[in-house]
Amino acid sequence: MSKELIRLVNCSMAFDDELVLDNINLYINDSEFLTLLGPSGCGKTTTLRIIGGFTTPTAGEVLFDGVRINDVPPHLRQVNTVFQRYALFPHLNVFENVAFGLRIPKAEEGGDAEGKKKKKVKIPEREIKERVMEMLEVVSLKGFEHRHITELSGGQQQRVAIARALVNRPKVLLLDEPLGALDLRLRKDMQNELKRIQQQMGITFIYVTHDQEEALAMSDTIVVMDQGKIQQIGRPEDIYNEPKNAFVADFIGESNILDGIMHEDYVVEFFNRKFKCLDKGFAPMAPVDVVIRPEDIDIVPEAEGQLKGTVTSVTFKGVHYDTIVDFKGFKWLIQTTDFHPVGETIGIILNPDDIHIMHKSQYSGMFGDYSSYSEEYDEMDDVTLLDEEDEDEEDERHEE
Amino acid sequence: MKRVSNRIFMGLVFLFLYAPIIILIIFSFNAGNSNTIWKGFSLQWYRELFNSRIIMNSVYTTLLVSLLSTVISTIAGTFAAVGFYNLRRRVREPLMTVSNIPMMNADIVTAVSLCLLFVAFFNGWESFANWFNEVQTVFYLTPKIYLGFGTLLIAHTTFNIPHVILSVMPKLRQMDRNLVDAAQDLGCTWFQAFIKVVVPEIKPGIVSGALIAFTMSVDDFVISYFTAGTTSSTLAMTIYSMTKKRVTPSINAVSTLLFVTVLVLLVTINIREERHARAQERRLNA
Repeated sequence: MSKELIRLVNCSMAFDDELVLDNINLYINDSEFLTLLGPSGCGKTTTLRIIGGFTTPTAGEVLFDGVRINDVPPHLRQVNTVFQRYALFPHLNVFENVAFGLRIPKAEEGGDAEGKKKKKVKIPEREIKERVMEMLEVVSLKGFEHRHITELSGGQQQRVAIARALVNRPKVLLLDEPLGALDLRLRKDMQNELKRIQQQMGITFIYVTHDQEEALAMSDTIVVMDQGKIQQIGRPEDIYNEPKNAFVADFIGESNILDGIMHEDYVVEFFNRKFKCLDKGFAPMAPVDVVIRPEDIDIVPEAEGQLKGTVTSVTFKGVHYDTIVDFKGFKWLIQTTDFHPVGETIGIILNPDDIHIMHKSQYSGMFGDYSSYSEEYDEMDDVTLLDEEDEDEEDERHEE
Repeated sequence: MKRVSNRIFMGLVFLFLYAPIIILIIFSFNAGNSNTIWKGFSLQWYRELFNSRIIMNSVYTTLLVSLLSTVISTIAGTFAAVGFYNLRRRVREPLMTVSNIPMMNADIVTAVSLCLLFVAFFNGWESFANWFNEVQTVFYLTPKIYLGFGTLLIAHTTFNIPHVILSVMPKLRQMDRNLVDAAQDLGCTWFQAFIKVVVPEIKPGIVSGALIAFTMSVDDFVISYFTAGTTSSTLAMTIYSMTKKRVTPSINAVSTLLFVTVLVLLVTINIREERHARAQERRLNA
């Protein structure tokens, strides 16, 4: 149905001796909303910069419509970018920012890459005006064209950045954490807005974020990355329901991850108890990682449960309670709408479709235990993540 | 009580600082021939100034060398700053320090070393030209070249460049690194991006750099004295040579003009910087 537009073949990127991208293989279809998701330093921004042409991979090929574009500079690619913190031109007003790309004379379209000798075409002023106004309407900024960039709010600057990129009618729009600087409410609104714009324009969006909720809400395809490698590619539902390894399971949503043994097809053992599950194709008695999503667990009276545990902490989250339950020293997170006070002993029941089995990986044992659960930790993590990212970026640029 | 004594102290400090210049300015308008006795207001010394061929020549030399060296050093310094900016931090920091040293260095040392360099080059050139003229007869190279306007211009450009770099660099650092990428993304080549986006962003730094360079050039005596040779003379050099004969009030008049020029430039630079600092603040608060 949809045809392939961009393909990365065995792409690697190293700065000095540090491998930032490790043999990435990826294809992106026309009109797709694809998200590169991962923690800071996972190589997602580098991947985006390779597609945008700001960085050349140290190994591998970048194909656009089947043509190798490794050495095509950014200004000759049919790709436009919305940058982190927007990168609007402060000395120009909204109109001139959006018109910027249109005012650069371009080699006639249809010309091949070596169109240097070709006559450069200037777009007539009337057409520029039409296209800019049309685009400002798409991003709901009509009437703002004479405003100065510094007079706009974060959300409005964001819209200008999108209009400035889209007005050039690119085949692909790259977005580098575009909503990172906005507050929560605005971010939700812009998510819907971006999805609407993508569908309206019918072009490919490649979106970089470390926010899993954003990725799940907007994408057709999610590429989960960590340590320069692709961990999993798939539709949001697949990534959430069938994570490939402990990293993906932990990064996308919350997960309890346990050591288990696969006895035979559809039978897994953990906590010295056999459970029915829906997974098959593992070697007999193979050690595996078992993922149980906190919202899938049913709490029942102690006597009826397959497993028994004691509640050690309860946090109210609005819709549900985050309840931490101690099962023989291993703490699980259970999300439930019923309140169970600290100290209560409860039973749980796991249905076969609540259990997801993964092969052991380098990430086994690193995630999925809520023994040290604390909300403050989560928040602190977010803050340090953002800071590190800035430094990483700065360094990366210098290495180039 | 304390405030009164503070004010008196302040007044004394300023008196000591500015008394010589004030006296110089007052006596440049003196009708008489004296630097000590006031004989009424007159513009005769200024008139004499504008009629003096030597002084007008040196004014011309000063303006020409200042303007040319300002233009050259502003362009060179801006590109140098962009180069530094794109270097890794580990390389950039030591290079910046090296580039700043000439500003702190004693003028006389810079002057003598430039002079020695030029003379050494002239000697080398003489041998080369003699050899060249011997082996062929089509072209004739002058073996003898001397210190003059050319060396003066080179010297001024040399000491101006660090000032431009120092004033452009902070503006580059304030700039969002993604701006150049964004411009290239929208279809600019690197050079187009530089002209259309980087230059407007760092323009305040470039203009201040140029103003500082011009001020330093107009103001300079020591380095000019050692590199101008005998054929050209800047205003500062002319004033110096005039004092060797007899101190006439026309020296006061020239000095007053020089003082006013530099003062106007400095005030302009300060006002510009103040205004940009305030604009920056407003931008941050918005």
